[in-house]
Amino acid sequence: MSGSNDPGSTCSETTLTVNGKPHTLLVDHRRVLLDVLREDLELWGARKGCDHGQCGACTVLVDGRRVNSCLLLAVALDGSEVRTVEGLAGDGEDLHPLQQAFLDRDAFQCGYCTPGQLCSALGMLDEAAAGHPSRVTTDVPAGRPVPLDRDEIRERLSGNLCRCGAYPRIVDAVEDVIP
Amino acid sequence: MDATAPSTPGVPVERRENGESALGAPVERREGRQKVTGTARYAAEQPRPGRAHAWPVPASVARGRVTGIDTAAALALPGVLAVLSHENAPRLSEPDDAMLAVLRDSRVPHRGWFVALVVGETLEAARAGAAAVRVDYAVEDHDVTLTRDHPAAYAPEEANGGYPGTREHGDPEGAFASAPVRVDVGYSVPPLHNHPMEPHATTAEWQDGRLTVHTSTQGATTVRAVLAGLFGVPEDHVTVHAEHVGGGFGSKGTPRPDVVLAAMAARHTGRPVTLALPRRFLPAVVGHRAPTLHRLRLGARPDGRLVSLIHEVTTHTSRVKEFVEQAAVPTRVMYAAPDSRTAHRVTPLDVPTPSWMRAPGEAPGMYALESAMDELAGELGMDPVELRIVNEPDTEPDSGKPFSSRHLVECLREGARRFGWDRRDPRPGSRAEGPLLVGSGVAAAMYPVMAQPSTAAVRALSDGNFLVRINATDIGTGARTVLAQIAADRLAVPVDRVRIEVGSTDLPAASLAGGSSGTASWGWAVHEACARLAERLAGGPVPAEGLEVRADTAGQADADSPYARHAFGAHFAEVAVDTVTGETRVRRLLGVYAAGRILNSRTARSQFVGGMTMGLGMALTEGSTMDAAFGDFTESDLASYHVPAHADVPDIEAHWIDEDDPHLNPMGSKGIGEIGIVGTAAAIGNAVFHATGTRVRELPLTPDRVLGGIGRGAAPRGF
Repeated sequence: MSGSNDPGSTCSETTLTVNGKPHTLLVDHRRVLLDVLREDLELWGARKGCDHGQCGACTVLVDGRRVNSCLLLAVALDGSEVRTVEGLAGDGEDLHPLQQAFLDRDAFQCGYCTPGQLCSALGMLDEAAAGHPSRVTTDVPAGRPVPLDRDEIRERLSGNLCRCGAYPRIVDAVEDVIP
Repeated sequence: MDATAPSTPGVPVERRENGESALGAPVERREGRQKVTGTARYAAEQPRPGRAHAWPVPASVARGRVTGIDTAAALALPGVLAVLSHENAPRLSEPDDAMLAVLRDSRVPHRGWFVALVVGETLEAARAGAAAVRVDYAVEDHDVTLTRDHPAAYAPEEANGGYPGTREHGDPEGAFASAPVRVDVGYSVPPLHNHPMEPHATTAEWQDGRLTVHTSTQGATTVRAVLAGLFGVPEDHVTVHAEHVGGGFGSKGTPRPDVVLAAMAARHTGRPVTLALPRRFLPAVVGHRAPTLHRLRLGARPDGRLVSLIHEVTTHTSRVKEFVEQAAVPTRVMYAAPDSRTAHRVTPLDVPTPSWMRAPGEAPGMYALESAMDELAGELGMDPVELRIVNEPDTEPDSGKPFSSRHLVECLREGARRFGWDRRDPRPGSRAEGPLLVGSGVAAAMYPVMAQPSTAAVRALSDGNFLVRINATDIGTGARTVLAQIAADRLAVPVDRVRIEVGSTDLPAASLAGGSSGTASWGWAVHEACARLAERLAGGPVPAEGLEVRADTAGQADADSPYARHAFGAHFAEVAVDTVTGETRVRRLLGVYAAGRILNSRTARSQFVGGMTMGLGMALTEGSTMDAAFGDFTESDLASYHVPAHADVPDIEAHWIDEDDPHLNPMGSKGIGEIGIVGTAAAIGNAVFHATGTRVRELPLTPDRVLGGIGRGAAPRGF
């Protein structure tokens, strides 16, 4: 593999800021963000459940929006800010309040989908606050925050599968942190 | 303790004399922090210097032989290290489990069978290499279609679990023919896939003739034994770690091809190798719940008492090995009927090998039985809860053994009370809300009590703490936590003074996390070790060097019991069926269980709810089909095989009745990991019937089937 940004090369220098830390990497053009996080940066928290955008276990936040990191070619994300489960707790925080709520509510069993559920829920809270409607949203004026009841939470988190069946408790945990 | 007193959710139900028992308490998961911070490491997440990645090549024909493998194009790709096939793979001993006979010969027993493995410097290189391998086949005609009257079907000696294939009492056909009230119906359950969120994965490394693997398994002790046998090395040269496992639901009960292939690839290349199976490859190689076709004949007196009970199951297995889903076996346990027959027939087809999926036998068998019981209640004009109660047996119907404890009636009554069953209008189709039809249903659940011998060590440390060591596996059940509770209880110390290590063959050998037997098996060994340690210490000081005691429950945990031992439960469901779209939504789901002593109310509730969630999927969304032309599962990934998502799952209630059963194990516990799925699909199906007045006898209850039923009026009998 050649290692430059020349035409015909198979790798490109790519800069990603992950959990506040910049990383400049020579990235195989075929490599998706998920594999950069896991294999290059050894941030294993984003999990690989299906590699096809079907399960949500790889969900992270890119420039503040939740994404399936298995579907994004890393080379196309040059300059992006990425936040993973490892970066959820704020400065001086042991755990993000949502992480604590997952513990308090026993909102997981095997734990494999958990980082994706957490990142997805945080992205979802911002989307609702910004007024993004969902399929079950009714009668909310455009641009106004959408109140999140349990049906809204369920609908908006449906891209994140949990085979252990922790769904009701995940909804409980998310409700705990709604401002 | 009287078994009729319902527990208060979240409150420990019984405390020892000192009032400090850790058992039953809602203790938080010990590994919870690692899971919510993403620092828990699973099998593929094991970086090593020089680690390579592997990608399998599945057979693209349903039956035949590999006649040639052209690896030149693959090997020419940058980063491809090796291509393994039957032509060059390390020679291994013949496995006991023929599913593990990978890359041994040219035979293709089913589509998706791995015929090659590409090892690359990176995932991308391995994947590109796999795409570039050219495989030629001599193709043979295949047959993957299960029918009720397949000429190759036979009656197996045994079904999974070692149960007799057929049992018969009295004259079931004659008793059925002369019964005043009869139900004769067929039900079918499609192939189902386990699909744990973590795909099967292994990282393997050889050093100086010693093999170390990190693998996603429900039982590392067996993985070590199998690998040692296959590779011809002593067991103490093999170390297997399974610290965190992202679910299994039966599909990781014994080693699967990933661990064999990763170890082969590591030996062949001299590099550490990770093989994480792509999701779409799983259905063909890790086992599935075999499809089952049921015929049920229930003959009853006008008062509801069964006089004949016949449950016949037809299923498939592969050409690789015989696996018979024991779906008629639960019928041997449930109801008093003087004349009965429970029988299995199995047809070997060119299909992937079926194996265990959560409550093998019980889940499909109880779906069929409990649906037919609902039909019988309808024929009798009887309440379905009461029908079950009048058929409560005094002893286990098939064996005649007394039950060690059986509180099904209490579960039904308590569930009915909590659910508000008495407010139900029994007439089908009687409750409409605009275009919706609303109904409710009930079903019973049962799961056998099992335990296997295990060993454990417990050490009293000089700092006043205790260290429990056992090769148990935490697949998400909370094994670490409940075992620490068992130890704390027996040692009469606070649970935070007990440290615990699980998930490695460096620890004392223990049985698998399967058959809802983990806590009973491991807990028994931990309890024994702690009892002996307490005796040795006898209140005296701990020696400066600590004091370790071991226990082995061989001969105890596997001893025959004069009792029939099972957990029981009752499921209640309310559904709304859209008469325009045919969509069924579950509005309420409630389970009440009698499962011995509940050892951790927090994690137990999660397991019950999780089982019910999988049962909801079985009822409404999960179904796989064998493509007759291509011979593979059409629904092989998570976009096509629909496991329940958040939006499908309402708030689910799980409750339990306290049982004090002295015939189980020192903790008095029954398994809880599987019973939640067992009656759920039937309860939902019965609710759909109650809502609509039409019976759909084929799972899953997808909109097309439900809508077809509504439009058709009376449904055919299902066969």
